[in-house]
Amino acid sequence: MSLPQDLTLLTVTEARAALDNREISASELTRAYLERIEEVEPAIHAYLHVMQDVALTQAADADRRIEEGTADLMTGIPVALKDIFCTTDAPTTAASKMLEGYISPYDATVVARLREQGAVFLGKTNTDEFAMGSSTETSAFGPSRNPWDTTRIPGGSSGGSAAAVAARTAAISLGTDTGGSIRQPAGFCGVVGLKPTYGRVSRYGIMPFASSLDQVGPFARTVNDAALMLRAIAGVDPKDSTSVPVDVPDYSAGEQDSLKGVRIGVAPEYRAEGMEAGVDAAIQSELKRLEELGAEIVEVRLPHTKYALPTYYITAPAEASANLARYDGVRFGNQVEGDDLNDTYLKTRGAGFGAEVKRRIMLGTYALSSGYYDAYYVKAQKVRTLIKRDFDEAFTSCDVIVAPTSPTVAFAIGSRTDDPYQMYLADIFTIPANMAGIPGISVPAGFSDGMPVGMQFLGKAFDETRLIGIARAYEQAAGWYQKLPDVATT
Amino acid sequence: MSLTRADVEHVASLARLGLSDDELSTFQEQLSSILGHIEALNELDTAAIAPTAQVVPLTNVVRADEVEPSFSQETVMELAPETRDGFIAVPAVMGGGEGESA
Repeated sequence: MSLPQDLTLLTVTEARAALDNREISASELTRAYLERIEEVEPAIHAYLHVMQDVALTQAADADRRIEEGTADLMTGIPVALKDIFCTTDAPTTAASKMLEGYISPYDATVVARLREQGAVFLGKTNTDEFAMGSSTETSAFGPSRNPWDTTRIPGGSSGGSAAAVAARTAAISLGTDTGGSIRQPAGFCGVVGLKPTYGRVSRYGIMPFASSLDQVGPFARTVNDAALMLRAIAGVDPKDSTSVPVDVPDYSAGEQDSLKGVRIGVAPEYRAEGMEAGVDAAIQSELKRLEELGAEIVEVRLPHTKYALPTYYITAPAEASANLARYDGVRFGNQVEGDDLNDTYLKTRGAGFGAEVKRRIMLGTYALSSGYYDAYYVKAQKVRTLIKRDFDEAFTSCDVIVAPTSPTVAFAIGSRTDDPYQMYLADIFTIPANMAGIPGISVPAGFSDGMPVGMQFLGKAFDETRLIGIARAYEQAAGWYQKLPDVATT
Repeated sequence: MSLTRADVEHVASLARLGLSDDELSTFQEQLSSILGHIEALNELDTAAIAPTAQVVPLTNVVRADEVEPSFSQETVMELAPETRDGFIAVPAVMGGGEGESA
């Protein structure tokens, strides 16, 4: 292939080939991204910390490794990490004042795996505080902006990681998805976002939000790039007892050109009220395209879909209220000293957490408190069983389920911050997959109102190879991923 | 579902969150509203349904009881806001200001 003038236009798959063939060096590629960051970052604010010196050193190491012929999957590839992934050579703040300036003494397992492979770390990306939010607006350090329209949010919580890939200030990035925090911002920013099966990727060293739901995954410009990254980070980890000991296949091997014989489930419950007409039109048109590609569209029913959001807003805050108890200003993090120990806790947590984090701690504490535990927490766990059963039943008649990633396109900054429940509705179509633990991938599927529309493919647990194969066949036929935003440069 | 001011104060105290009067008022209103939406779950009869706490097909994951290298005391202590004589220091548990009673 002929190389573009601007190396940030290369996909990871293309960059891998160009690096291995010595057409470009990791140092050149890294410098191209650092320059791009300098140009567009003031308009986007995807990053909380840019790791320029670390990146250049890692790139030089990668070049030596490529020279020696010991390059691995991610050697020399410039990666951005959500700022809840612990790193020893940059702060990890979770976008919270509680952890401003905190530097972890250890790397998260996925960070260590990428480091071993010789990846280049460009920096830590913005997120909603402790991954709680749908827009990056709960970040203590200001929101990120959507590269397609900087007056709008990029989605969240992993909005910085999505915006960085869309704005080409990273070749690929990592985020976490607890209720849609990878797929939703990927859809809003017009990039690919993959949430693997719960248990597929280690969460060790990633600040926990809701431990029965959190999962790590990539943002990428193409499905193939996402598949490469999943292969690089997946696999059992003795330090995360929920990581499942199953084989890590070559996820990009499920190559298929046509969708002949593929049964695609479509559920009427994902065509809900409150959906934007433009999003609905885009999805209906892409469903036709899937049919033209040879897929068989099968109607499936997921009757408990509407209960997923209320179930989530008990389960996730309950788990969060326990997980965030560790931030008490005693062993690490920032402290506000009070009159006695209890007063120190109150002042530290009162000053350190922002409004959304406090709201969820309150909600979760209430749901777990004496007298309400059965009515809320146990009830939600029972409904979770019903949601999971819906998917088990649906997958007896289809290979994957296709649905809009979000009911709307990216909304304006500030337009939903006054009404928490309105904000929560942004994740109405992504939450059910987390409740069931199944994998999902959002792929660019057109535009509405000039903004990207995402379409998600949901698969059976640990069936990523097939899911990725089907998503890629659609992506390549539709070609929406080739459209790039025109970001204002400084 | 409507929370009283006392409910909100009680929950804040359980969660060790020092909240201002304004925050207490805002959360009283917002949490009541969110819980109102959550009440939709009561439409479902779940008497015969088993709860799902997690979805991985694993139980009781254990590792060999072997000593492995860990962080030095120094590394860990450097993270603490306040230390004294090799211990993490906190204010007095029982109140009453300064002193070695902690």
